[in-house]
Amino acid sequence: MLETKQLAFSYDSVRKLQFPDINCARGDQWLILGQSGSGKTTLLHLLGGLLSPQSGSIKINDKDISILRGAALDHFRGQNIGIIFQTAHFVRALTVEENLLLAQQLAGNKPDKILIHNFLEKLNLKDKAHKRTDELSVGEAQRVNVVRALINKPSVILADEPTSALDDHNAEEVIQLLESQAKAVNATLLIVTHDGRLKNYFQKQLVIG
Amino acid sequence: MTIIKLAWKNLTNRPLSMLLTLVLFALGVGLTALLLLLNKQLTDKFEKNLAGVDIVVGAKGSPLQLILANMYHIDAPTGNISLKSAKPFLNPRHPLIKKSVPLSLGDSYKSHRIVGTLHDFLGLYNTEIAEGTLWQAPLEVTIGATVAERTGLKIGTKFNSNHGLDEGAGEHEEAAFKVVGILKPTGTVVDQLILTATQSIWTVHEHAQAELEGEEHHAEHASTTPSPKESMTVSQNDVDDRTALLQADSTHQITSLLLQFKMRNVQTLNFQRNLNENTDMQAATPALEINRLYEMMGVGEQALRALALLIIIVSGLSIFIALFNSLKERQYELALMRVMGAGRGRLFLLIVCEGILLSLIGFCIGIILSHGSMQILAKYMSDAYRYSFSGLMWLKEEWLLLLGAVTIGFLAAIIPAISVYRQDISRTLSK
Repeated sequence: MLETKQLAFSYDSVRKLQFPDINCARGDQWLILGQSGSGKTTLLHLLGGLLSPQSGSIKINDKDISILRGAALDHFRGQNIGIIFQTAHFVRALTVEENLLLAQQLAGNKPDKILIHNFLEKLNLKDKAHKRTDELSVGEAQRVNVVRALINKPSVILADEPTSALDDHNAEEVIQLLESQAKAVNATLLIVTHDGRLKNYFQKQLVIG
Repeated sequence: MTIIKLAWKNLTNRPLSMLLTLVLFALGVGLTALLLLLNKQLTDKFEKNLAGVDIVVGAKGSPLQLILANMYHIDAPTGNISLKSAKPFLNPRHPLIKKSVPLSLGDSYKSHRIVGTLHDFLGLYNTEIAEGTLWQAPLEVTIGATVAERTGLKIGTKFNSNHGLDEGAGEHEEAAFKVVGILKPTGTVVDQLILTATQSIWTVHEHAQAELEGEEHHAEHASTTPSPKESMTVSQNDVDDRTALLQADSTHQITSLLLQFKMRNVQTLNFQRNLNENTDMQAATPALEINRLYEMMGVGEQALRALALLIIIVSGLSIFIALFNSLKERQYELALMRVMGAGRGRLFLLIVCEGILLSLIGFCIGIILSHGSMQILAKYMSDAYRYSFSGLMWLKEEWLLLLGAVTIGFLAAIIPAISVYRQDISRTLSK
């Protein structure tokens, strides 16, 4: 359901990034490993439709996103892809709950407070619903970040170094959360990282660079 | 969550940085609106009170002063003219004059002027009686609506006038005026006046004169006082008050004459020139003098308008800077909104919304400020200008001001909005 062919990208004429073909089935969980500068983040941005590839194709749910542009791409991304970044960022003016409501709305879904509260409860974040996001601890923020990526039940979840800013305890919590929740919504999970702690959790691994 | 709600939350999340912007914007809008209100009401006042009067005839002096004193009752009179020289114009058979109304000024009550005149005066301002009657005998008065409201004078109340047009001058103690009627409100200067027969003013003043001059001049005094017989004819037989005035002793004085011509032509121009050149009186044209006054005030008003415009432009600039700065802090979250499915157009709209929302809030504060201060000013101004002012009115120019405010908010937001539209989200997110 996620398939890339001869994906290539370059920021300038000197260095060209060439990525190995990826082929994931629905519900697969993959770890993509690579050193800094190996193009991990670039690959994630390509898969998430934040960048357009120079050549090659990316198919998600049989849709070639490399030819999507503008609002159509933004809309497809909102509906089908959940992305988790290294550090959690939120719309600062809004509370935790409002940020999650916004995520639902921007993806074109109906705001569903019950769903949000179920998620928050499962993650022991229920009492944070009406807190401003800058009052959260780093670990809490990353957990809310995971909730936000999952809230629209995407078919693909992309995570860019989701644990590298966290201590062992929080890292374990977040990675278990990702694993279990991706499974719960039957989403394909791709984690891009150089964090060695994660190697034990996932069998399917791809090294690039 | 609508875009407007999100824009609102984004603004209220940074209250301090928005405060300066809002204060500036409100100041610019408020000053402009206040100028519009003042200008509109002053112009209205001057125009409403022109009352179709073609020329004012009075003692020599500044023509503007003559107009202000006798048409608007603001300035002091230029002096008096003798009834003898005024009588020809009072004659209903005068070939050029359609209507002539004499005015005698000099007394006041609680800063409302007492005007000695004829019943025809009311016709100039289309005024009608609300309760009671018009004055029939000397010392009977009919008061304007505002006078009744402010002073609490009622029909049947007696009062002593103050000598002079300002409060605090000596009181005439013996001759008490009596209220016999109250006029309907007109929105003109009449509302602020106490109207009476011309003879009343003579009675009061000659009484005072007599006290000053003492017994030795009693003989002289008697000769200038209207005989009781003359006064009585006005009250008892209800003779036309104009006829009574024409029959009165010519040594009396009045302050001015308001004239309406049958038509304006060369003859009336000659009439006016002749009067100015060959008599000790002058004739002034209200419309002309008021235009002169506008021109004099206009410079100051234009300077204030320019200042208000400048403040609005600066505040537009400050909206631009406030938005632009906030975008630097928010570029990551804006990129995130794209990741979550928001199109470029939606973010563009969000920023434009924030700009317009800011200008709208500033506009509302400015309008509240200007109308509030106009309402406060109105109290002082109606005393000074003998005309009711109000802050509780909406001018159609203010819709234009609203349109201008929204346009400025939009223009200030457009560059930040474009920069958001063009944002490279991949680059922002990998920083």
